[in-house]
Amino acid sequence: MENLTAKSFALRQDVLDMIYMAKTGHIGGDFSVMDILVTLYYKQLRVDPARMDDPDRDRFILSKGHSVEALYAVLCSRGFFPKEDLKTYSQYQSKYIGHPNNKINGIEMNSGSLGHGLSVSVGMALAGKMDKRDYRVYVVMGDGELAEGSVWEGAMAAGHYKLDNLCAVVDRNRLQISGCTEDVMAHDSLDQRFGSFGWHVTHAAGNDIEALNAAFEEAKSVKGKPTVIIADTTKGYGVSFIENQAAWHHKVPTEEEYQLATKELAERRAANE
Amino acid sequence: MNNIPNRQAICDVLIEKANTDKDIVVLCSDSRGSASMTDYVKAHPDQFVEVGIAEQSLVSVAAGLARCGKKAFAASPACFLSTRSMEQAKVDVAYSNTNVTLIGISGGVSYGALGMTHHSAQDIAVMGSIPNMRVYIPSDRHQTKCLIEALLQDQKPAYIRVGRNPVEDVYAEDNVPFEMDKATVLAEGTDVAIVACGEMVRPAKEAAELLREKGISAGVLDMYCVKPIDKEAVVKAASKARCVVTVEEHTYIGGLGAMVAQIVSAECPKKVKNLSLPDAPVVTGKSQEVFDHYGLNREGIAKAAEELLASL
Ligand SMILES: Cc1ncc(C[n+]2csc(CCOP(=O)(O)OP(=O)(O)O)c2C)c(N)n1
Ligand SMILES: [Mg+2]
Repeated sequence: MENLTAKSFALRQDVLDMIYMAKTGHIGGDFSVMDILVTLYYKQLRVDPARMDDPDRDRFILSKGHSVEALYAVLCSRGFFPKEDLKTYSQYQSKYIGHPNNKINGIEMNSGSLGHGLSVSVGMALAGKMDKRDYRVYVVMGDGELAEGSVWEGAMAAGHYKLDNLCAVVDRNRLQISGCTEDVMAHDSLDQRFGSFGWHVTHAAGNDIEALNAAFEEAKSVKGKPTVIIADTTKGYGVSFIENQAAWHHKVPTEEEYQLATKELAERRAANE
Repeated sequence: MNNIPNRQAICDVLIEKANTDKDIVVLCSDSRGSASMTDYVKAHPDQFVEVGIAEQSLVSVAAGLARCGKKAFAASPACFLSTRSMEQAKVDVAYSNTNVTLIGISGGVSYGALGMTHHSAQDIAVMGSIPNMRVYIPSDRHQTKCLIEALLQDQKPAYIRVGRNPVEDVYAEDNVPFEMDKATVLAEGTDVAIVACGEMVRPAKEAAELLREKGISAGVLDMYCVKPIDKEAVVKAASKARCVVTVEEHTYIGGLGAMVAQIVSAECPKKVKNLSLPDAPVVTGKSQEVFDHYGLNREGIAKAAEELLASL
């Protein structure tokens, strides 16, 4: 098994390249969610670029669609499309736009407007139950996203229908555009909130692939209720000056910052190899 | 006198088709009674999903089901479905291109005196403005049946609006001319072309008869396919006539009349008169009283046609 932690730093470099070249993107959330995506795509999801229409494939929805650059990097590395394609990200007439789109191999649903993914995943999980298929459904949300009322409509339905084939992940980086989530709209009672909607709640170190993987395994073993993994992440994880800075939600690095970030990512990668 | 509302016709088709098509799933948001879906729920409890009073979730859940191979029919009052969950319709249904049919029940001003919260006099504008969303407003129960059967054949997003009350038949049970996305020509005329949809088709047809008695030749188009509108039929009917009258249970902003006027002005310029609801909360009353108030009835349509012809 290749070293996935090292891989996640390499994929962050792909994200950095995309954003630096296109001069647009959401780097903070990309770096924060990267280990969640790597764990899913390399250790959990039953998906195969050669059989994308397989009715038994696991389903994944990136509800926090602004982190699409991280998803592109991971899908590309898993062989869903060639690396050349990443160069067209956000370019004129490219299909690789700044939010997920299901015209792209490996992407199930379009997102970008926060607060939709959980309810969509409920539909997918219900279909799995109806058809007695054993696929699992995964959805990743931002913590700021949880302020959307529609999230709680979905949470309610998932609990009501006891969807144990559904696993939600909250990228709990404690930041959103305007600053700290606890200042903008507090979420520190997530355990009670999801718990009272009938969910199994678990926590994981969100930039630790082994810890995340253990949480996903735990989720699979829970019967009769959906699981939410509160993944305690660091926004901007991997580059010191990007970490934990609200301003880096969608800031584009200068050339100097790009060089510095590239160096740091290479070091982090090497340290884990 | 017909006593079967169009929503019941939808339920009947779905009950029958779901016997053999196990991919059909109906979803409601505490709306199974208003949607006339109670019989469906009894017949196919395993092909039904209740989401509670949560219209946003209703549409997203339907999209998720559809993405996993289901033919999802989400039925909820048109007023809530077309506005509360507009974004879900835009993103999860239209943009993601999922096989979801949104059924807006008790549409237009069906809910009468309940007021503007319960009216959906802007749903053509709302839903029609979304790329890849189709908008259908069938005129009677027979056409409604044909429409649902046709929608079951394709995999694309659609929004249908039906009214709450039974409406008089436009078509005979054994003779329902229906071609998907083609307007039905009810009459051809050389003086005025009347283009109507939904509950306005029947009075439009009667108005044409009234006009004929006065020696005025009126054509009538049943434009149940508001989007994609049958442009060819509009151009053909308008070219033959001297002017055009449109009739709809919708505001004049972004509705059938606006679309017809765009086509006519570009293709075969003629005067076009839009008969519609105002850009305001409508007068209090039962839906027929509301229609009568704004001249959306046989006499009103005939009068508008005569006045328009007189102005030429
Ligand atoms: C419905 C909706 N409202 C607003 C936005 C704009 N927006 C994009 S990202 C973002 C902040 C998201 O914060 P969070 O969910 O915490 O994501 P993360 O920190 O992981 O980037 C906002 C407000 C949006 N995309 N969708
Ligand atoms: Mg956040």
